Amino acid sequence: MPTLWIALFALVLSVVGYALGRRRAMVSADGDIRNLHSRPNYYGVNAALTGLVPAFLVLALWTLGQPLFLQNSVSGMISDAQIEETGSLGLVMSDVRRVADGLDQAVAEGAMDAETAGNVRIDLTDVRARLGEVGVALGSAVSQETLRAAQAYRAQSSFGDLLKTIVVLGIALAGISYAVMRTNATFRARNVVESGVRWLLIAAASIAILTTVGIFLSLIFNTVEFFRLYPAGDFFFGTTWQPSFTGRGGSSQLGVLPLLWGTFYISLIALAVAVPIGLFSAIYLSEYASPRVRSVAKPLLEVLAGIPTIVYGLFALLTVGPLLLRVFGDDTVGWMQGGTAVMTAGLVMGIMLIPFVSSLSDDIINAVPQAMRDGSLGLGATHSETVRQVILPAALPGIVGAILLAASRAIGETMIVVLGAGAAARLSLNPFDAMTTVTAKIVSQLTGDSDFSSPEALVAFALGMTLFVITLGLNVLALYIVRKYREQYE
Amino acid sequence: MNDMRLIERAVDMDDIKISARDVQVYYGDNHAIKDVNVDIQDKTVTAFIGPSGCGKSTFLRCLNRMNDTIDICRVEGDIHLDGEDINDKRVDPVQLRAKVGMVFQKPNPFPKSIYDNAAYGPKIHGMAKNKAELDEIVERALRRGAIWDEVKDRLDAPGTGLSGGQQQRLCIARAVATEPEVLLMDEPCSALDPIATAQVEELIDELRQNYSVVIVTHSMQQAARVSQKTAFFHLGNLVEYDETGKIFTNPEDERTESYITGRIG
Repeated sequence: MPTLWIALFALVLSVVGYALGRRRAMVSADGDIRNLHSRPNYYGVNAALTGLVPAFLVLALWTLGQPLFLQNSVSGMISDAQIEETGSLGLVMSDVRRVADGLDQAVAEGAMDAETAGNVRIDLTDVRARLGEVGVALGSAVSQETLRAAQAYRAQSSFGDLLKTIVVLGIALAGISYAVMRTNATFRARNVVESGVRWLLIAAASIAILTTVGIFLSLIFNTVEFFRLYPAGDFFFGTTWQPSFTGRGGSSQLGVLPLLWGTFYISLIALAVAVPIGLFSAIYLSEYASPRVRSVAKPLLEVLAGIPTIVYGLFALLTVGPLLLRVFGDDTVGWMQGGTAVMTAGLVMGIMLIPFVSSLSDDIINAVPQAMRDGSLGLGATHSETVRQVILPAALPGIVGAILLAASRAIGETMIVVLGAGAAARLSLNPFDAMTTVTAKIVSQLTGDSDFSSPEALVAFALGMTLFVITLGLNVLALYIVRKYREQYE
Repeated sequence: MNDMRLIERAVDMDDIKISARDVQVYYGDNHAIKDVNVDIQDKTVTAFIGPSGCGKSTFLRCLNRMNDTIDICRVEGDIHLDGEDINDKRVDPVQLRAKVGMVFQKPNPFPKSIYDNAAYGPKIHGMAKNKAELDEIVERALRRGAIWDEVKDRLDAPGTGLSGGQQQRLCIARAVATEPEVLLMDEPCSALDPIATAQVEELIDELRQNYSVVIVTHSMQQAARVSQKTAFFHLGNLVEYDETGKIFTNPEDERTESYITGRIG
């Protein structure tokens, strides 16, 4: 039975469990809910959850674990000679899986009957051609050994699926009946459900955290691999970025400094645009605007945050770049050679960041107690004096936090840079020069046909890691600042 | 309550500082203050008492136009400060609030140092020529707020780190630092313990030497202790306004008597 059907079936069982639990509780209370410890719904939910949660947990683990288990047990059947011939065990095993899935598919589509599929022999049938008919393409003719392994794979996996169905539904049934058995008028179903809800929330939170850890680990292995091939000193302190794709190894210069400088410079310009505009609009919206204006203007401003960055990139490439070129190009002052430049990307990125700064700052300024405003106005301060001397200082930690969050957004931004800043990695002070950033180079190192064992490709992971550490540091700093000064007015 | 003492208490000055005529206040459609007429004397403590929601705070906020900051609030009628209509278009509410200071119910020191809190008003209004003069103003204000001795060694510490009573005295010091002519106090002791309350009350009595003080309070004992004149508000009306001794011993209106004896509230 496919996983989806098992899940649906378990769900149906739990609905039945809900009804049973609820009814049993009502019966044990002689139909009067005042005799129950909890309201009847809680007994129902308790029965449903006791069955459903462990069943789903086992289902998820089993579905993830079964392929790994089968892989191990079947790979023993592959001889060393076969592995040598194909290249690696991984490739053989992927062939095995394809053949196995192909046979299953052929049976499902009626191209073979189940018995034929079970007894396919390489010397009697052209397996590759037959599978090709049902749309499963194989790279080479199937060897006897692969076919045998595939048959074993099929047998074990269908046995595993059957076992999975039985175990999962069994657990669901057992859980539901246990919960229904326990149900009586004095059973504290409400407390049980309450702690169940707590665990559900904990699980959700830990998934988010574990994913972060997982991303970090996936980066770190490749980064370590990169530093084995390329000296760390040259990476961190090299001032030239010149990856070579023709002569592999040795001839590439992979210094990160030009990229970091580009990232830093573009982010700086972006923040120089976004912080004043964002902050001022936040002050206007929260302090001066009438509720009507605010209710229209704030969503409009936040629309900016909803525009995909690739659209901003196009805006940079087609509008801002040519415009800047006309003003600062060869025709006038000659500072700018092409439309793609640090300034182009920085300006457009700044526009993108305005809603981040303004929306967060607006919330923070609104959180400053009215008593502060009254106190200042009551002393004869004007509105802008109040904003400047009382509200902004009170909201400053939050505003700094908002700015740092915008900064980490700027550092991680890719599409605007790819389209607006050019691709040349260089260390220059002229903001009208084309430069590039860490993110843009990660894209260019990994696009196309890349060999994942060369330093030229692996450097992308080291770059990703560097970015991750920088933005993580900024976020931690932002949190620290916000937390340290948060309780100043209370 | 010591009735004898209350009766003996006389008002030394007869100068009218603020006179309000036919004041109406609306919050949207809600008529919060109805036909209030009152004359507040100079160098006198005037107490506003009355049950919650009777409009005493609202009326207090009319006196320095703090109600301007509330969008839906509308004020009608004449309020004159030293004979000048404060609701006149030519009057700058900012200037008015410098003359009519205000202390709020909850202590609201700014998230700045104690010194900067006290120096806030003087700095804004340019009252000091230089740092030394500012220091002097701050010290005088903090002394008047009866908090100088407690904070003189830590003027750089944040004002929000003080205790509730100290914070409120700092707020009073902050208000008197701008040398206002009238000081409005909106339940200044409601968040304070009895000791801090006693300190603030003592302070109010001292402030009477220089200012006209208007205090809103829920505590009738407090009104009796600190004020020379008392106004009783009920449901947006000014029911009775007279010398404090008279209000508490021999009120003319039935409602006043019911309130001070605890029958309505």
